[in-house]
Amino acid sequence: MANEQLRRIVATDCGSTTTKAILIEFVDGEYRQTVRGEAPTTVEAPLNDVTKGVINSVQELEELAQLKYNNKNIKFIENEQIIIPRNGDIGVDAYVSTSSAGGGLQMMVTGVVARMTGESAERAALGAGAIVMDLIASNDQRANYEKIERIRHLRPDMILMAGGVDGGTTKHVAELAELVAAADPKPRLGSSYKLPVIYAGNKDAQDIIKETLADKSDLIITENIRPTLEVENLGPARDKIHDLFMEHVMQQAPGYNKLMQWTRGPLNGKLQSIPIMPTPAAVGNIMQTIARNEGIEVLGVDIGGATTDVFSVFKDKDVKEGEPPKYIFNRTVSANLGMSYSISNVLASAGLDNILRWVPLDIDESELRNMIKNKMIRPTTIPQKLEELVLEQAIAKEALRLAFVQHKEFAVTLKGTQKQREISEAFSQTTSGETIVDMMSLDLLVGSGGVASHAPRRHQTVLMLIDAFLPEGITRLGVDSIFMMPHLGVLAEISEKAATEVFDKDCMIYLGTCVAPVGPFKSKGPALTAEIELSNGEKFTEEIPFGEMRLIPCGIGETAKAKLRPGRGLDLGAGKNQEIETTLWGGVVGIVLDTRGRNPFVLPPDHAERRKLLKKWMSELKVYPEPILK
Amino acid sequence: MGKSFSQGLAVSENTIVRKERILPLKGEVKVKKGDKVSAEDIVAVTMLPGKVVPINLANKLGVTADLVTRFIKVQEGDKIKQGQILAQTNGFLGMFKSTVRSPTEGEVQNISRHTGQILLNEPRIPVEVRAFIDGYVVEVIPEQGVVIENKSSYIQGIFGIGGEINAEIDVIAEAADEVVTADKINDNHKGKIIVTGEMLHYDAIMKAKKVGVSGIITGGIHDQDLKKLLGYDIGVAITGHEEVGLTIVVTEGFGPIKMANKTFNLLKSFQGKKVSMHGFTQIRAGVIRPEIIKPIDFKEDELIDQEAELPMIEVGKVIRVIRQPNFGKIGKVVGMPEELTKVESETLVRVLEAELETGEKVLIPRANVEIISD
Repeated sequence: MANEQLRRIVATDCGSTTTKAILIEFVDGEYRQTVRGEAPTTVEAPLNDVTKGVINSVQELEELAQLKYNNKNIKFIENEQIIIPRNGDIGVDAYVSTSSAGGGLQMMVTGVVARMTGESAERAALGAGAIVMDLIASNDQRANYEKIERIRHLRPDMILMAGGVDGGTTKHVAELAELVAAADPKPRLGSSYKLPVIYAGNKDAQDIIKETLADKSDLIITENIRPTLEVENLGPARDKIHDLFMEHVMQQAPGYNKLMQWTRGPLNGKLQSIPIMPTPAAVGNIMQTIARNEGIEVLGVDIGGATTDVFSVFKDKDVKEGEPPKYIFNRTVSANLGMSYSISNVLASAGLDNILRWVPLDIDESELRNMIKNKMIRPTTIPQKLEELVLEQAIAKEALRLAFVQHKEFAVTLKGTQKQREISEAFSQTTSGETIVDMMSLDLLVGSGGVASHAPRRHQTVLMLIDAFLPEGITRLGVDSIFMMPHLGVLAEISEKAATEVFDKDCMIYLGTCVAPVGPFKSKGPALTAEIELSNGEKFTEEIPFGEMRLIPCGIGETAKAKLRPGRGLDLGAGKNQEIETTLWGGVVGIVLDTRGRNPFVLPPDHAERRKLLKKWMSELKVYPEPILK
Repeated sequence: MGKSFSQGLAVSENTIVRKERILPLKGEVKVKKGDKVSAEDIVAVTMLPGKVVPINLANKLGVTADLVTRFIKVQEGDKIKQGQILAQTNGFLGMFKSTVRSPTEGEVQNISRHTGQILLNEPRIPVEVRAFIDGYVVEVIPEQGVVIENKSSYIQGIFGIGGEINAEIDVIAEAADEVVTADKINDNHKGKIIVTGEMLHYDAIMKAKKVGVSGIITGGIHDQDLKKLLGYDIGVAITGHEEVGLTIVVTEGFGPIKMANKTFNLLKSFQGKKVSMHGFTQIRAGVIRPEIIKPIDFKEDELIDQEAELPMIEVGKVIRVIRQPNFGKIGKVVGMPEELTKVESETLVRVLEAELETGEKVLIPRANVEIISD
């Protein structure tokens, strides 16, 4: 039964380019997403007021809802304001919002040892949805005057200071505080308030920190992020970041003061203010909810215009059998990898050859360079020509690949909100933390963001995810249908039921399953032998040589029984040469059998040979219309 | 829905231009409300804090941090000279003293008994902010800067490099679609802003640089040429701070794109006149586009605040196509179909129907046009 007070909800995400609004309604006994509107975000000059973009996008919702229900009485806005509470067709029961406009939440973090307290501080900030502009640590090789110059130059929204275990030496953390005080950093937005500094380090240094920073900053002291070497305690610092995001950063951004008055909904029986959430924090919430609810390991990516976020939830492999699983959440943000503002940086970071290796067409370098720069300077344009779509998706693969490399490097050992470790392990991770990202044990890979959600064919999303992430063994693939994970992440704050129902029915689109044997292929036989029986009784038996792709039709909600035998020396998850009998999930695309190789995955360096193969795979997977692949 | 919002670049013969001229840190405003200023006038000054020099006195004196205060010879806030003694131990019977001298002139900012560190500030660095445009001071933001307004002919570029300049315009292209070659650029163009047409290749840019041209306005530029000129690939679109010896404003985009007639004709009317121009471009988080501003005669009471609004695409509006196919072409909106339309890339989008200057009618995604506004 729905909350009687919650039958019609508007949710917006104020992104750096567009403000996306969705309408969620309680229809026929369940919550569904019904209409969607969008408008340019208006945090910049000349409008300088985020609410204008919100009103424009909600206005579109209102018009579409009127059309959908053929009811001109439906009204969400009056006097340039969202009407809450609802009275019949007039108004909505709740309005919630996320935001990454104006560059999102930008933070600087400090720690004594970069790879220990520094990394913990970085994790807390990233987990709260921030972009970490820099990590300043006592041992980061820069001279003190360079650190001061850097802090002065950065102008973050806030600083998170960690350092030292409780009861340890206070000298280094005191020195860092002195550097921050000497730099006298100014906040990015607004000059009339002091920069918020959260101190979450050695508790014995709290008085020294107060003495050094209380006058120069808006100092907030919270629990130590690393009370002992083997315990990481990120929760209190993350909460403080969220509070400050609302109290300070959002207050300074143009129009947010007004927007914060608007976001309200029924909570505990009363109409209450619902905090605006940083977009990545909302997406992170959703990813963790999926993993916990389904008991699976999830890797998600949100590729935007400016940044690419990667989220992962893996099970703690140290938990003994029989004990409940522990989930380790990690988020990274690649601040300069994206498909519009940052598209040129994908070219600069990946290099032209890496982009062209995914392009099945003969493209002139100069033309490609100009196209990329034109997209950068006019970020809201969309590819009308097929050739340009192919190029954008090739660039997306590289953006995703690079963001994933960064994620794997960051998601190493000692993770999560609170984790106990043996002292010996704590020491070993300071020198070389191994990544916890295990593509073989991964269950679900989810794509989100414009280029993934709005690809004209879902097959394109499948190939982008497979090429960029190279899933191993058996991996289910999904996509956020129209980019609404942020909305649902913040909606869950007032109604978990509404968020979950909409997520299952309208947000998550299962694309299918990828089956990819892993290991160097040396023998001459097939790389994969697959016997697949669909739920309608249809059977497929395939002996697939190395270097091929196959698409087996298996619809959404359907499953197939599969007997999968890897080629000699290859592994599908049960060990080398081990056959697997399992159930494969279908989806809007189907089951993809990929024998192109993993560890290593190598594309032929010869252009002509590679293009021929790309065309063959793309044709098999129905990625693009046939004429362009001829 | 017969309307939709659009981004657009302003190209106008006559508009009110407002410029905020703000100091990086609080300082002193040198003009007052109502003052008439010219582009070169200094309107505000401040002193940026000097470099901070940290010295670990405890280590240098060989004492623990809490003992440093016993040997310190200066106090927080003291002005100091280079070589001045900061701290000195008593030594043994007046001998074997450890002495720490200041490596710089400046001021003592902080002495810490927790870390034994002294922080010195080098002398402050003066910073001046100029008016950039001729006009009236319409607002003084105390200690921070001013707002200057004037009436101008005004052109927004799509992309630029290089900082603020004030120089005379010289239109060297004969037509908006001319590709100006290096041989057309000579010593007469020294110190001027040259207007080329559709495109300028690398050798022409280098020639302009060699003869001392102050600025270039061009329809298009090849990204490869830009990379060669800068020596690196522009990753994130935040520009304006390049030091390549000249300022470049691109009006249309990358590749050979004919300069819009309206822009070219307006620039022709600037021939021989002084303009203010900059290449600052920031696409993300606070859109900044390059600007070319030529003040026109006006009286102070003609200046009025404008109500900002997003340009709307409607039937009858003149638009420019900003993505392939037909990139750079100008047309008039003749239809705004409501339903989603599948374009060649199979993307389902809202489109508009436009009649191009050639008379050809085409469907274009609404996101791929910009309004040519007045």
